[in-house]
Amino acid sequence: MAMLRSLLVAGALTLLIPNPNAAAAEEIPIGEYASLTGGSASFGQSSHKGTELAVEEINAAGGVLGKKLKLITEDDQSQAGQPATIVRKLISQDKVVAVLGEVASSKSLEAAPICQQNKIPMITPASTNPKVTEVGDYIFRICFIDPFQGTVMAKFARSKGWKKIAVLTDVKQDYSVGLAEFFVKDFTANGGEIVRDQKYSTGDKDFKPQLTSIKAARPDAIFIPGYYAEVALIAKQARLLGLKVPLLGGDGWVGDSLLKVAGHSLDGSFFSCHFSADEQSPDTRNFVAKFKAKHGEIPDDMAALGYDSAMILADAIRRAGTTDSAKLRDAIAATTHHDGITGNITLDSARNASKPAVILTVGNGGFQFVETVAP
Amino acid sequence: MIERTKILLLVAVLASAAISLFAGQINPYYYDILISIGINIILATSLNLVNGYTGQFSLGHAGFMAAGAYGSAWLSLAFGYVLGTSAAGTTTMFVLALTTGGLIAALAGLAVGIPSLRLRGDYLAIVTLGFNEIIKGVIQNAEPLGAQRGLGGMGQHTNFFWTFALAALTVYVVLNLVHSTYGSGFLAVRDDEIAAEAMGINTTKYKVLAFVIGAFFAGVAGGLYAHFKQFIHPEGFNFLRSVDIVVMVILGGMGSTAGVILAAILLTILPEGLRALAHQPWLPDSLRPIAENRMILYSLLLIILMITRPQGLFGGPGLKRRKA
Repeated sequence: MAMLRSLLVAGALTLLIPNPNAAAAEEIPIGEYASLTGGSASFGQSSHKGTELAVEEINAAGGVLGKKLKLITEDDQSQAGQPATIVRKLISQDKVVAVLGEVASSKSLEAAPICQQNKIPMITPASTNPKVTEVGDYIFRICFIDPFQGTVMAKFARSKGWKKIAVLTDVKQDYSVGLAEFFVKDFTANGGEIVRDQKYSTGDKDFKPQLTSIKAARPDAIFIPGYYAEVALIAKQARLLGLKVPLLGGDGWVGDSLLKVAGHSLDGSFFSCHFSADEQSPDTRNFVAKFKAKHGEIPDDMAALGYDSAMILADAIRRAGTTDSAKLRDAIAATTHHDGITGNITLDSARNASKPAVILTVGNGGFQFVETVAP
Repeated sequence: MIERTKILLLVAVLASAAISLFAGQINPYYYDILISIGINIILATSLNLVNGYTGQFSLGHAGFMAAGAYGSAWLSLAFGYVLGTSAAGTTTMFVLALTTGGLIAALAGLAVGIPSLRLRGDYLAIVTLGFNEIIKGVIQNAEPLGAQRGLGGMGQHTNFFWTFALAALTVYVVLNLVHSTYGSGFLAVRDDEIAAEAMGINTTKYKVLAFVIGAFFAGVAGGLYAHFKQFIHPEGFNFLRSVDIVVMVILGGMGSTAGVILAAILLTILPEGLRALAHQPWLPDSLRPIAENRMILYSLLLIILMITRPQGLFGGPGLKRRKA
């Protein structure tokens, strides 16, 4: 019992551990919350690495306003309930001037009201749900939203001359439903035909019933706006059933295991994305090289967005000339033609980014750049 | 006994009201942790009535919490305007929302309680687990509740007073219930169902009652959560959340309210406390990755605690004496 008591006391005392993050006077504290562990850790880790790299670069170049940026990162374990707690910590304990995060919209939606109430600007790198920035005038995003991605793919499908498309939606993901809705809207409004509208749920393993039905309709292509885990299986099973048409998708396709599982089944397929590591602009090449040197891997779009979010914030602090929250907010809102890794970013009056999407194709065991579609 | 607990309840309510006056001066981060502690106390104490005192193994407490959270949030969002924005109006509305949340959860408790009467132990655990998933699944597909997008926009009405006054009320109700003559039935069902039945105790009624009361308070806790975080998502009420609450009950000691409260406090503080540990400058770099994965430390502590005290912090002796 004595040992137990001491454990209990030790547990309670952990709260008294001093907070070493308090920034020195010559530093500007910036908060970041991300899913570094748990279900969406692969996204969270990527965006975090990108953000980290950006902050290092800014500091190496002398920082902003003569001060260095201090990035304070907290892990929300991909768990609901955590973002609110963490963002309160970042704001009240670490006194951050702005908050960066999260990739998942459901996490951003939890943290956004707290940032808004405390009047601390928040920039989400990759939350595509339109509702996130509707929370208030202190909430920004630097990625495009679901409707735009759906429309881009519909445009692309038309440009390829495809007339008959089947849609396979993940009903458990709002993201997927959103993309499908706007794809169908744009495609049918311009004379295209949706020959089959099939559904599946995250975690499903067998897609043959849906694919058999799709095959019978003889589509020119299949739009699958899902996440990489299911998309890889769908692609494999489609080829097994003899469905040889190209598959189309969105940024949810990007994930480590996509090509490992799908093998060559996805060759010749297309998806929209925020960024391509193959793009030959000097900025992109520079970023990819630096990222590779630091982390030993090729950056994905989450890393690029994380990088851009920190760069936009630093640029806004520079333009504001102060870290006063109202002035900083105005400076972020005034971001125009920021030349980011993920394209030329302008924030509109709804605090959403207006920027081009990149279309990639799968082949030779990797992704190749096809074209950039402007909004 | 009853008199003393009544005084204690009064003291607790007054204390939470008094502290609530100074809430503005509490660091918001600590305030967040305090509210989480209060909510977890309600959850763990109410689950203890089912798992600890009545001996039914429920793994679906987060499901009832979800029912309450969504029920109260929906009421606030849909009818919040009716009573106006005056302090009295919002408070009445908030109390109404919490009560509705509790009642919806209690109904859900009734729905699980009745069919699960035929089941015991592991089988009951699986049924309650399934029920948790059903509630989550229903919410995920219910458009008016935001489906997979989550539900937000509720006002932040949960404060220190409401959280801890309701936590005190939960403790009061559970303690009084199981320590009353009537409530001995719960303990009888747990200790020996067949003997209890032979003595003329309506075991069915007691089991359902435990589920309904437990679910009611879980629903209230859900309502408090929804009006504190201001955004709820089905994934926040998954199986893992249920397990969190079960761990509090087991760690505290099945059937020991004091132990369960202590465990709820400890298990809420610990993960946050470990967060600060990872940032300590004196920590050698080799240990930093471990500290950063603080959940490993957290699990390790749980294992050590369970090895040193398998009956939980306060479990065992007190109840054995009562049995004799």
